[in-house]
Amino acid sequence: MAALLGRSCRKLGFLSSGHGARRTVSTETGKSLNLYAAINQALHIALDSDPRSYVFGEDVGFGGVFRCTTGLAERFGKNRVFNTPLCEQGIVGFGIGLAAMGNRAIVEIQFADYIYPAFDQIVNEAAKFRYRSGNQFNCGGLTIRAPYGAVGHGGHYHSQSPEAFFCHVPGIKVVIPRSPREAKGLLLSCIRDPNPVVFFEPKWLYRQAVEEVPEHDYTIPLSEAEVIREGNDITLVGWGAQLTIMEQACLEAEKEGISCELIDLKTLLPWDKETVEASVKKTGRLLISHEAPITGGFGAEISATILERCFLKLEAPVSRVCGLDTPFPLVFEPFYMPTKNKILDAIKTTVNY
Amino acid sequence: MATAFAPTKLTATLPLHGSQENRLLLPIRLAPHSSFLGSTRSLTAHSSRRLNHAHATRRSPPVVGVQEVVKEKKSINSLLITKEEGLVLYEDMILGRSFEDMCAQMYYRGKMFGFVHLYNGQEAVSTGFIKLLTKSDSVVSTYRDHVHALSKGVSARAVMSELFGKVTGCCRGQGGSMHMFSKEHNMLGGFAFIGEGIPVATGAAFSSKYRRDVLKQDCEDVTVAFFGDGTCNNGQFYECLNMAALWKLPIIFVVENNLWAIGMSHLRATSDPEIWKKGPAFGMPGVHVDGMDVLKVREVAKEAVTRARRGEGPTLVECETYRFRGHSLADPDELRDAAEKAKYAARDPIAALKKYLIENNLAKEAELKSIEKKIDELVEEAVEFADASPQPGRSQLLENVFADPKGFGIGPDGRYRCEDPKFTEGTAQV
Repeated sequence: MAALLGRSCRKLGFLSSGHGARRTVSTETGKSLNLYAAINQALHIALDSDPRSYVFGEDVGFGGVFRCTTGLAERFGKNRVFNTPLCEQGIVGFGIGLAAMGNRAIVEIQFADYIYPAFDQIVNEAAKFRYRSGNQFNCGGLTIRAPYGAVGHGGHYHSQSPEAFFCHVPGIKVVIPRSPREAKGLLLSCIRDPNPVVFFEPKWLYRQAVEEVPEHDYTIPLSEAEVIREGNDITLVGWGAQLTIMEQACLEAEKEGISCELIDLKTLLPWDKETVEASVKKTGRLLISHEAPITGGFGAEISATILERCFLKLEAPVSRVCGLDTPFPLVFEPFYMPTKNKILDAIKTTVNY
Repeated sequence: MATAFAPTKLTATLPLHGSQENRLLLPIRLAPHSSFLGSTRSLTAHSSRRLNHAHATRRSPPVVGVQEVVKEKKSINSLLITKEEGLVLYEDMILGRSFEDMCAQMYYRGKMFGFVHLYNGQEAVSTGFIKLLTKSDSVVSTYRDHVHALSKGVSARAVMSELFGKVTGCCRGQGGSMHMFSKEHNMLGGFAFIGEGIPVATGAAFSSKYRRDVLKQDCEDVTVAFFGDGTCNNGQFYECLNMAALWKLPIIFVVENNLWAIGMSHLRATSDPEIWKKGPAFGMPGVHVDGMDVLKVREVAKEAVTRARRGEGPTLVECETYRFRGHSLADPDELRDAAEKAKYAARDPIAALKKYLIENNLAKEAELKSIEKKIDELVEEAVEFADASPQPGRSQLLENVFADPKGFGIGPDGRYRCEDPKFTEGTAQV
């Protein structure tokens, strides 16, 4: 089964079946799609199933710079799928207002690097709306989608991973898919979740990742991590595009006799502590990897929590293999990134501690 | 308001683009003593339904910004430029165009990578404004900044090397296409984010005003901020218009309105597409000028810069221009109407200036050709230089994060952390 699915996922060789994960779609086949097509399908379904849902953002009308919104304006009309002027703060604030009046606002921020003008609205308004109105109003219908992460040539402002900033905000959810099949299910869950969600899409995978995606409407539950590869010696935790790198490192480590367990966190806020804890209690070692700079990255939160829960079971310090503490560089991107070799080195160091 | 900025009798002089394009906007009701410097009758390429006659005739609230005509001493038949000035302008525009064309070639050959945004078609704006500035005046630009840097005086070699990511680039290879900085030429950058440069320019303008008015230094520096039509819907733009007018800063806000923000038409994104009108709302003059005509831009720029140097405050100049290529080299440019592109291609600023120079006997064809040849060689040489330059060393990755290049502190082995080879490998303990 795993082999069948493995073969159907080309280029990056996703191993998408999980043992013990409560997924309904792991065995279904469907059309081979890449990430932007899967997201496009999810948006079509979302708009189809709820007449009061809207998609808007910069350039979404013609399909978006990554083609995630192709066909939506033609199918659902320009009143529901429309371009906004270039003002992220205004766009998200406007989305909060729409959501507060009971609509589903699916906001596209063109690159996650541009989300900072909207950060104020997200943190101070979206996250606190239900809380401070005593549950009279909420902006649960708000979903913000943004492509994030390195793409090879993006430089400072087309490659950032800002998930850590948002994980520090009680009141919103942060979700990051790793593959087309996951993306469709997770996005539909996010849109239907009664809380505001920030959905980061790994832009590197928009075209690169290809997987069989069931064509019907399905959701993948939030706040449930998935063990995508079983092992006994060390637990690796990651999300998004970084998982493919980690997977390659796991395969290499296996050749040296180290059995790695790989967990896709999927939802970063609130994250599934139980699954990671159970895994670390089994293996005794933890390695976290993400593209964002290491200091203050989300790996620190995972490390601290696991330390609290599994202190006596840990055989080695928690290892974090992340981006360096510099702005995302242009020509130096290969040195900055947490590459397969860095992860492999860290695996070996941890196992041989 | 003090003597506000006003255009000269430009439209009465020799037209560059033929009589069709050189009218005043007739339906305007202006304050009786003012004249309006307008380019074409329609701001748009297609006559969009939004900007129809109703809109044009609705302009009865008088345009406050453009007021008394500043009297310039000119003879009746004077030309706008001398021969020397004309050649300087021509050379600068040819440099901009050749450089950008070479960038496209290099990109498709894989020599440069990333997001590259070319300026073809808009050269008149850059040349028209920046050639009036001194070395100590500052320029702030957007991601479409190669030509602004070149006009400001940054050498083609430095810009090309920067694009190739080499250590001899103007930012030592760390900035790339969208971040052209030069301390020497006061080029305060390239900003990838729209609108982010405008507050920076406002601060720079404040600094020169402070030096003059408070510190009593001999400082007449102005700042010119370039940005696009999409940016004019962004909050930062308005915040800065307010601050600049409030404090009468020596800044010129130049809108390069090329009608498109990637795939979004300016007319469909803006409630009132006439950006120049937003200046008077904040208490500064707003002027609209034909950005495909370098001489017109230059006249307007002269006024705006002189005004700023006199301490009279900011000006908002909207240049109607067009980019001949797509938004970036990754943009297939399928959305724009071919008729619109053709219309603006016919108004190519370089062709127009060439025609003007030749028709007014300011230059011969041969002279212009020799300039073009010279520039071609310059650009080729810049490419060779960039090719031959070394890539930055790996340790440069960690420099310039903080003021102290060794700002990552001292490691447990007593050496600076950034010198530890394991640091860049990501396995050192930080």
